[in-house]
Amino acid sequence: MLNRREPLFWISLSCGLVVLAFITLPLVKMISGPTAATMRQTIVDPEVRRSIWLSLYTAGAAALIAVAIGTPFAYLLARRDFPGKKLVEGIIDLPIVIPHPVVGIALLSLVGRNFWVGRLLHELGVRLMGSVSGIIMVLTFVGLPFYLNAAREGFAGVSPRLEAVARSLGASGRQTFFLVTLPLAWRSLLAGIIMCCARAISEFGAVVIIAYHPMIAPVLIYERFESFGLKYSQPVAVWLIFLCLTLFLLLRLVSPAPRPAAR
Amino acid sequence: MISIRNLSVDLGDFQLRDLSLEIASGEFFILMGPTGAGKTILLEAIIGLVPVAGGEIFLDGDRITHLPPEKRQIGIVYQDYALFPHLTVRENIAFGRRFQAAAGVKNSELPADLLATLELEPLLSRYPGTLSGGEQQRVALARALAVSPRVLLLDEPLSALDPRFREELRHYLRLLHRQTGTTFLMVTHDFAEALALAERLAVINRGRLEQAGTPEEIFRQPAAWKSTWAGKWNWNGAASPSAPRISFSAPTPWWPPASRTLLPAGSAASPPPASTTRWRSRSPT
Repeated sequence: MLNRREPLFWISLSCGLVVLAFITLPLVKMISGPTAATMRQTIVDPEVRRSIWLSLYTAGAAALIAVAIGTPFAYLLARRDFPGKKLVEGIIDLPIVIPHPVVGIALLSLVGRNFWVGRLLHELGVRLMGSVSGIIMVLTFVGLPFYLNAAREGFAGVSPRLEAVARSLGASGRQTFFLVTLPLAWRSLLAGIIMCCARAISEFGAVVIIAYHPMIAPVLIYERFESFGLKYSQPVAVWLIFLCLTLFLLLRLVSPAPRPAAR
Repeated sequence: MISIRNLSVDLGDFQLRDLSLEIASGEFFILMGPTGAGKTILLEAIIGLVPVAGGEIFLDGDRITHLPPEKRQIGIVYQDYALFPHLTVRENIAFGRRFQAAAGVKNSELPADLLATLELEPLLSRYPGTLSGGEQQRVALARALAVSPRVLLLDEPLSALDPRFREELRHYLRLLHRQTGTTFLMVTHDFAEALALAERLAVINRGRLEQAGTPEEIFRQPAAWKSTWAGKWNWNGAASPSAPRISFSAPTPWWPPASRTLLPAGSAASPPPASTTRWRSRSPT
């Protein structure tokens, strides 16, 4: 046990304080920076509104895609062992470890007209460069691993025996999933959605390569900083943080309360 | 009746090889064997959770070998209860009844006789997490029997309970078996449990059937398997008060010659005549 009389306790405590200060001070400084008047001025600016809305909307769309294609796959990963599973899980984590601009460049080389995928999309009329679809593609790429991992953990936490019992009682595989597995894994899936959204909203490096315009909020913040300086970029950043926190809090609030845990 | 013919299951580490077994309708049948013998795999094959590599399983003459679990009408009760933690006791017990609407069962009504037998009325609005182990296992039994399964599989239903609940549950099992006339197939590695409950039993080891018969037959005619792995047997249950006390030391033959004296008078090895006639008469075979 860490005792107050031991030097280690004081070292650990001071390290903890440094970490907390390091994380909170810049944020507090930034949030307390702009006056109420500038904040008001910023939010009535149509360009700011458009970019924040675009950020929220594209991140939400990325999370929806992640849920749609990630949920069945996460369930498979949680329930079945197969040769090469570790490799598959490693591939899923790749978007987390690849530097962001590299992600942008990699996606660009795929959807550019020099590659058949890009040519095919072009012929189908899908434009990814400098478009909302392009932004959503990038955000899905970077956000997907967070949802997949959380969902897989959530499904793995539901005992296969509960599903076996449900099947033995007459529920089909689909009914079992919606009546037993999903209600029990729901909180993990929600945590995954929030992580995926949060990661998508914070993406900058990959987005600027695929779509500088239309401008998502991080790109606008960067542009205002480059062109006009700190004072003009700060209020946009504060609004973005404020709206994101409110949204995530709401998501947490609407999620059902946990039942008493089984022994 | 359940008829298992030359069943083989291959799960890599665990295997069943060419196993044949017949279980009569309404019978209380117990499967015994050491840990890793393949008892649970056999249950999972019967209920349809593991792929069958060879052989067939028949239930009352219907081939069910490759039917999905929800079409087999076979219930299961696990050692760890496996109650749905997000549902109340009432919702747990009613869970399977909604899928039987076609069969004319009103899913809102719980079977009153089952609730009364298991003394569950006071618990109906509680969540599984707030119940004791014994209570949870009673709920699991009610949930499985509420859909009137053709067979109830019990995977070591008593071994997670502490001794006082174990005796209580044994009482409920006997009572439910007699009342419902359902075929019970129970897995245990507990010798005393087998003696107290089984009408017939089978011993499996390393994926093979070693012996099957009434408890008396099996314990009077020890086969070769006993000397090979009886030393590893888990004797926990033999210490419970109502069970016959059996002392065992590895080097001596595990079953003493005077075996008959170990079967207590009136034990479940010789079931009461009333229940016997009842389930025999219900037998469709």
